Amino acid sequence: MSNEQVTPSAGWRAWASTLLVPVLAIFTALVIGAIIIVLTGADVVAAYGGLFTGAIGSPRAIAYTLVEATPYIFGGLAVLIGFRAGLFNIGVEGQIAVGSMCAAIVGAFVTLPPVLHVLAAFVAGALGGALWGAIPGWLRARTGAHEVITTIMFNYIAIRGTDYLIKVPFLDQESSSQRTPYIATTAEIPFLFGEAYRLHGGFIIAVIATFTVAWLLQRTIIGFEIRTTGANPDAAHYAGMSVPRTIIITMALSGLMAGMAGAVQVLGLEHNLKASFSAGYGFDSIAIALLAASNPLGVIPAAIFWGALRNGAGLMQLNSGISINLINIIQALVIAFVAADQIVRQIYRIRTARNAGITLSRGWGR
Amino acid sequence: MTPVLEVRNLTKRFPGIVATDAVNFTLEKGEIHALLGENGAGKSTLMNMLYGLYRPDEGQILINGQEVLINGSNDAIARGMGMVHQHFMLVPTLTVTENIILGNEVTKGVLIDIATAERRIQELAQTFGLDIPVDAYVHDLPVGVQQRVEIIKALYRSADVLILDEPTAVLTPQEVDDLFVVIQRLKAQGKSIIFISHKLREVLAIADRISVLRRGKLVGSTTPANASEASLASMMVGRDVVLHVDKTPAQPGEVVLDVAHLSVYDERGNRAVNDVSFRLRRGEIVGIAGVQGNGQTELVAAITGLVDAQNGQVILAGENITNQGTNRAITAGMGHIPEDRHHHGLVLSYSIADNMVLSSYDTAPFARGIIIDDAAIAHQADTLVARFDVRTASIHAAASTLSGGNQQKVVVARELARPLNVLVAAQPTRGLDVGSIEFIHKSIVAARDSGTGVLLVSAELDEILSLADRILVMFRGQIIADIAGVDANRNQIGLLMAGVRGTGANA
Repeated sequence: MSNEQVTPSAGWRAWASTLLVPVLAIFTALVIGAIIIVLTGADVVAAYGGLFTGAIGSPRAIAYTLVEATPYIFGGLAVLIGFRAGLFNIGVEGQIAVGSMCAAIVGAFVTLPPVLHVLAAFVAGALGGALWGAIPGWLRARTGAHEVITTIMFNYIAIRGTDYLIKVPFLDQESSSQRTPYIATTAEIPFLFGEAYRLHGGFIIAVIATFTVAWLLQRTIIGFEIRTTGANPDAAHYAGMSVPRTIIITMALSGLMAGMAGAVQVLGLEHNLKASFSAGYGFDSIAIALLAASNPLGVIPAAIFWGALRNGAGLMQLNSGISINLINIIQALVIAFVAADQIVRQIYRIRTARNAGITLSRGWGR
Repeated sequence: MTPVLEVRNLTKRFPGIVATDAVNFTLEKGEIHALLGENGAGKSTLMNMLYGLYRPDEGQILINGQEVLINGSNDAIARGMGMVHQHFMLVPTLTVTENIILGNEVTKGVLIDIATAERRIQELAQTFGLDIPVDAYVHDLPVGVQQRVEIIKALYRSADVLILDEPTAVLTPQEVDDLFVVIQRLKAQGKSIIFISHKLREVLAIADRISVLRRGKLVGSTTPANASEASLASMMVGRDVVLHVDKTPAQPGEVVLDVAHLSVYDERGNRAVNDVSFRLRRGEIVGIAGVQGNGQTELVAAITGLVDAQNGQVILAGENITNQGTNRAITAGMGHIPEDRHHHGLVLSYSIADNMVLSSYDTAPFARGIIIDDAAIAHQADTLVARFDVRTASIHAAASTLSGGNQQKVVVARELARPLNVLVAAQPTRGLDVGSIEFIHKSIVAARDSGTGVLLVSAELDEILSLADRILVMFRGQIIADIAGVDANRNQIGLLMAGVRGTGANA
């Protein structure tokens, strides 16, 4: 009632509280995964041992895990930026497709000196994604068309459109597989420890992007506008902010991150673009952002965890005969527990922190 | 005689707070017992326990001398309790009869026997002198009549004890008079009434007995004969309170806000503001009086740039800011205390510090280039928290942790921290405690004295009368009177608020 309540030592407690749920969600999912393994008659120790060794058991395993994590870092940031403004960008998948297409074209069909070429290709990819995000943002801001609907539709356009571009105008005629030509070596993002480890400079860019996004959201005017629009759009409007403008900028920034994900996959790892390339990075990115509890710095561990599961799955299958699909079940359980955090709080008797939540999306209308 | 209702040592705790603390309270048959207290004093908690919505942690409730355990509102109704909520629980698209019998239908086979129901309602209406059109749709009725429907709804369910929760909040002064006649008639017919309010004048006018709650405790009971507004106010607050606002006569300067032929449509496409023109000068407070819902909200929204007007102009200090948005209004020197602080005025999840710069975050010294300077913001927040007496442990605490009064002080502090040409204050003290009201009124007068033009919109006539130097009365989207504050007569303005025109309308 009327008496003031004092938030108890808000700082580290809030941090511990936000960390607790994702960590417990992962733990719970792994326990249920273990039960499933036992039920199928396999050896839990062998299975999880394989998963662990495959994910982080050797320098090479670690490097591969980070390679897997890289697009998830960008994708997680993309979804998260939207969340902070109260927008649900489901279009990361399509924005990655457009970004990778733009990077592949500039990388393979444009001739430029070293350094400049890779920069140009990277920027082209990033801007392609930004544009693909900005259009649904503009539609939302000007007409009220909900971004969930429009970004899903834009996914179809982007995925089918790039598929056509890869198979027809930009097809590598010399190859038997359906892909674009290899990019020029001048457009490659270098490997960090040689090709054997596969870890490329895109990971470094992803880490830099993470800290940049954290800084942008927390310390800049546009970040304040994004957060205010997400927390209370009416108050943002009242305070003189342009909510439509903020929505467009947010969606462009979100798409920018997605475009970078596509660009580094092409320029750093694949060096060409294959038909049906993306494999659901965009949708898993929603999971990464949830797991990161909308904190940009949480995206890196969340993405590395995701990458580790994917990377370790192979050895798990080899060691124990458990299907790789178990990993999908564990991932799904983690997300279910993070999204429905009340379940985790119930199991472990955690008191609900008031106002700890961040608006993820405001649903329909407005 | 056994009281119809008695509570003994009733205690209800919520996490971190004792909402009611060993409260004792009796209601005699045929008595009007007023329950007075500030927001958060525990009035609603007490009533919700009587109405079976909360279960008491300790203590007893006795009805006609029998101890009872009230299990939900249906049980309360069965035991003869009737509640008229502050926000009516009526279905606007149903008729009066349908609303009254809702959940308690007279049936004839599978059909509802409307005719019998209507006859019973007519009987009740006649017995208690409540004039209502039984077959009208509720959304067509004025608020005062809707309230009568609520009262009949309770009587239809055979209520002996009527709990009226802030029944006058939405009424014009004349409707309040009508309500008081109804209440007296209910009393004469042997009904017992609990009248909840924070308005001292009304409590003194209607009650047989007055009990005052403060911070969950019953601090005293008295009768109107032995009490005055001042004595009740100090009981409510726990210290002496200055009820009138100290201010010198206004010294109006040049026109600083010129509103000309403004028309605004509301969300449903109705013309909520209809050709409104007025001028506001520096150093004066112009009050807009009117019953809620007569276009004040839309007028304020259009002046402050929240919504676009369809017609007309808003000139602020010589600058045309019509339909230019909120940012333009702010940069032209407009301050705005919005009528709903949770909706517009604050970001509840933000810290007090961030809320203190919500409308100046992008200007020096809080922003350098694109970068926000947290140290400058913290410094500003510290200064304002001290100056406006915001009670908080830390400027980094979320705004949601503050009481309503302190939240409103944050809004007022932020808006007055900028150099202003005009301050638009909409319902600046709604729902606040007496202490906060006093403080905010002083701040508004201080702003006026420093040369700001103040537009005060309030549904509380007392607030308008005590603050405004000039009073405009708004009715159905139009300004129907312009009266100098010193000439203002409560009764005359009350009639104007109800749409009765003509300056001769004087009682």
